Amino acid sequence: MSIAVKKKKKSKTAPAPKQAAQEITREPQHTPSRFRHAIGKYRVLRSDACIGCGKCAELCPHGVHVKYEGAQKTSRPKDYLCRGFHCKQNCDYYCIDKCPVGALTLRINPVVETIGDPRWTPEMILSTWDMAEHGRVTNDTLNGELGDTDGGFDKLRLNFPKKPKKKLKPKDIDTSIVLNRRGEGGTQIKIDVPWYGGGMSYGSVSPATMVGKAHAAQIWNTFSCTGEGGFPPHLDPYDYNMITQVATGLFGVREETIQRVRIVEFRYAQGAKPGLGGHLLGDKNTPAVAKMREAVAGMSLFSPFPFHSVYSIEDHKKHVDWILAMNPAALVSAKVSTPTDVDMVAVGSYYAGAHIVHIDGSYGGTGAAPDIAKKNIAMPIEYAIPKVHEFLTNEGIRDKITLIASGGIRNAYDIVKAICLGADGVVVGTGELVALECIRCGNCESGRGCARGIASTDPELSNMYDENWSTRRISNLYNGWREQIIEIMIRYGVKTIPEMRGRYDLLRHVDYSD
Amino acid sequence: MPKKYHINTEHIPPRFTPVGKFGIVDFNEDCAGACHHCVKKECIYEIYKKEGIFTREMEGPVHYLYSCMNCLRCVQNCTRAAITRVVNPEFRWLGDDYWKPDIILTLWYQSETGKIPVSGAGYRGKFSGPGFDSMWTDMSEIVRPTRDGIHGREYISTSVDVGRKVPILAFDDKRRTAVDIPPLMELPVPFVLSKPPFGDYSPKMYEAFARAAAVLETQFVLDAADITKNLAKYKKHIAPLVRGAEISKYKKLIRSAAFVELIYDGKMAANIKAIKKINTNAVVSVKIPLDVNSHRTAEKLTDAGVEVIHFTADMHGNIGKGEHPEFIKDNFRRIHTHLVDRGIRDCVTLIAEGGIALPEHMAKMIICGADVVALGIPFLVAIECRMCMNCTRGRACPVDISGVPPESGSKRILNLAAAWRNQLLEVLGAMGIREVRRLRGEFGRAMFYEDLERDTFRKIFSKDKKEKAKL
Ligand code: SF4
Repeated sequence: MSIAVKKKKKSKTAPAPKQAAQEITREPQHTPSRFRHAIGKYRVLRSDACIGCGKCAELCPHGVHVKYEGAQKTSRPKDYLCRGFHCKQNCDYYCIDKCPVGALTLRINPVVETIGDPRWTPEMILSTWDMAEHGRVTNDTLNGELGDTDGGFDKLRLNFPKKPKKKLKPKDIDTSIVLNRRGEGGTQIKIDVPWYGGGMSYGSVSPATMVGKAHAAQIWNTFSCTGEGGFPPHLDPYDYNMITQVATGLFGVREETIQRVRIVEFRYAQGAKPGLGGHLLGDKNTPAVAKMREAVAGMSLFSPFPFHSVYSIEDHKKHVDWILAMNPAALVSAKVSTPTDVDMVAVGSYYAGAHIVHIDGSYGGTGAAPDIAKKNIAMPIEYAIPKVHEFLTNEGIRDKITLIASGGIRNAYDIVKAICLGADGVVVGTGELVALECIRCGNCESGRGCARGIASTDPELSNMYDENWSTRRISNLYNGWREQIIEIMIRYGVKTIPEMRGRYDLLRHVDYSD
Repeated sequence: MPKKYHINTEHIPPRFTPVGKFGIVDFNEDCAGACHHCVKKECIYEIYKKEGIFTREMEGPVHYLYSCMNCLRCVQNCTRAAITRVVNPEFRWLGDDYWKPDIILTLWYQSETGKIPVSGAGYRGKFSGPGFDSMWTDMSEIVRPTRDGIHGREYISTSVDVGRKVPILAFDDKRRTAVDIPPLMELPVPFVLSKPPFGDYSPKMYEAFARAAAVLETQFVLDAADITKNLAKYKKHIAPLVRGAEISKYKKLIRSAAFVELIYDGKMAANIKAIKKINTNAVVSVKIPLDVNSHRTAEKLTDAGVEVIHFTADMHGNIGKGEHPEFIKDNFRRIHTHLVDRGIRDCVTLIAEGGIALPEHMAKMIICGADVVALGIPFLVAIECRMCMNCTRGRACPVDISGVPPESGSKRILNLAAAWRNQLLEVLGAMGIREVRRLRGEFGRAMFYEDLERDTFRKIFSKDKKEKAKL
């Protein structure tokens, strides 16, 4: 591993945006599930009594029933589009009652009960899929806003005024945020949405997933992150929108990778496994992965915890200086987790010269981690954001550093809540994977890797979808989130994201506010 | 340097088909029966193939109810949508409100494999909850060093001392110690095994426990009346639990034991004396249920010279009956703080039992002031108990706990013990603590739900101006 700075290069200009392989725009494009049967909340069954009259197909505006021309029978219902009992109560086209021969039955899909969990309820997963398919919410009968965890974000509500002070239109709203607030040089970076994509390393997710994330970041003028496994060649077109990560194992970190990006992230810790190192199983260390990581194929690779060269803020400063010596235009982000003294860590990061402090709460993460760490070590992000925000404010440096929060931010509402609690922006990860039809089974590491082809480098499994599909699904999700955020901002009567930062009055807590 | 402590693990499959979480339901009447690429053939975990082998050859307890990995590929790709998945109703009946089905499943996994449970996709549970779910442990970052413990790269010790420590040493003019130094027992793990409060008890089951205790070099606390001949070879690792009146009856057991437990009664001082008379080297512990005054009891006993106090809550960690029973961790914080305030905490060893169902509970219990925890039910679950409570109602045990082969049973217990120890190392490593003795009573390295809520959301959102100002 050669990581030493050979010679101080002349100030390098930041990479310029490049044209991507295929033109995909921000405009939502219909991108349905890649499986034969998408999962929905309901099951609609058509019995043999069906006479193929096509009445249901005529009635249903959601496209559950289709009768193709010339076909004798109506097709099998696309029941994932069904509004179910909501339709029974509120609509006059409820097919079950309208079928002349009573051939249709409706019931809750038993599969729904088997997916999801209190954090990502089945409805939240289904609503994210809806957004990834259509680019916006089309099925508002699903609760995609709140989980079922009885705490944190799920106990916070958006506190809308009866009438907003200013009457705003969508075009008045600016959803961008700036990332460099130090005012001491370095690239000025503005991203068009208040979030960027989390790090998922080469070797842990499939190339189509990685490229999809990067490409969507390019489309939305934001960032995606390489994770710790190096900078694979298929990400070449996306330099301008990539953050490269320097993690404790220093895998794949080279002078060249530091110089080709605009943001470099130091991963001191990660919320998925706070305080613990990484471990890439020997099986997953394929020749391609090993080459990227500059390691020997087939060996288990450990990222230690912590950086064994950093035991103080001064050491951390040395790290930041080291990056800036190689790439003076770069912004440096320090990714830390949430110990009791996370506020001190954040202040220290600022004084060491970081532009971004990225706090990663303990409940999030996508990578495989010991269950004991996910649940028990370090504090949830909902507590950490106001703690750090207030501490930085009291230190008088709040406006000199960008505070990015992550770890359990699931949807547009969580993004707004995190900002109102004091973050400048957020990082999302799980949401993107759910858009790619992750069902959160958690078996990312077993056997050949993810059975649904998202977090796998197995030659067969990782080819279950291509990068166009993944780009469009993630881009659709981004569009949906942005539309929701704009709608929220109109109701709040605020024009820009920074106006919402730390505005506790825009939130309500169900236990304490009323 | 002494050799590193290590617990060997070995894959030990269950004797009975375990209850799995998910069931695949096949609507055979919908199956076309002729698909060339039937999704069942494409299952990447080969569940259907294994199932086929099992039903044909009845070989090994592989069952798709237990092994379905939940990926839904077959459900979503079958041409005729003939397959669906449901939560196995039997799964929901496992355990109870506290010992949740998911807890039992993870304990089984660890007992079978000896591995720590690892999964992707972040945390899935509730934000917080009652009992142990209302606290988080700390980690170190940048400014505080950590320990890289899990793969043994930096050594973290899990040893604890059991016994009484003298606060001050004194020497006579010949430089000999002039104070009595009571016996001290070192356990390489911060837990002892105890007889579970229910179970299809049998000498074989006790032997599985005793054997595991011997390999772990810890103790198995068992009613003296239950110690049968087959356990003789483990006598150094079996702690007889006796009543005051029975001391002379179990003289032989007491003489050969390293650790003796005494059920608390009014004549405690005399009873301890009687035990010490039989065996001066035995560490003697007093077993007593927790109540609201336990901190005073602890003080009284410590002042009276008791070496070890074994406090118990019920199997759900609750103390006392009624609407709002106190939870063991909160009670223990009070005991610990009280003894620290009185300056006598280090004189006595505290053992906690009740409601410790997961390795994080063990770590959290130690943070709340226990030196050692006693585990019964988790090891009963290790040998496949389903917590159906048949045994308490005089019905047959569905998994024949009483017939467990001591050897394989003890290996499953060892697997679980190894997984728990490794998870404790994870917690210690993240905190940068190099031995579990230093974890005891470290409230400052834990975060409690009440405190975080008060300092964050209550402070921000409370409508009560006075309260807000105070916070
Ligand atoms: S499985 Fe049921 S009957 Fe058997 S020991 Fe456990 S609780 Fe008792």
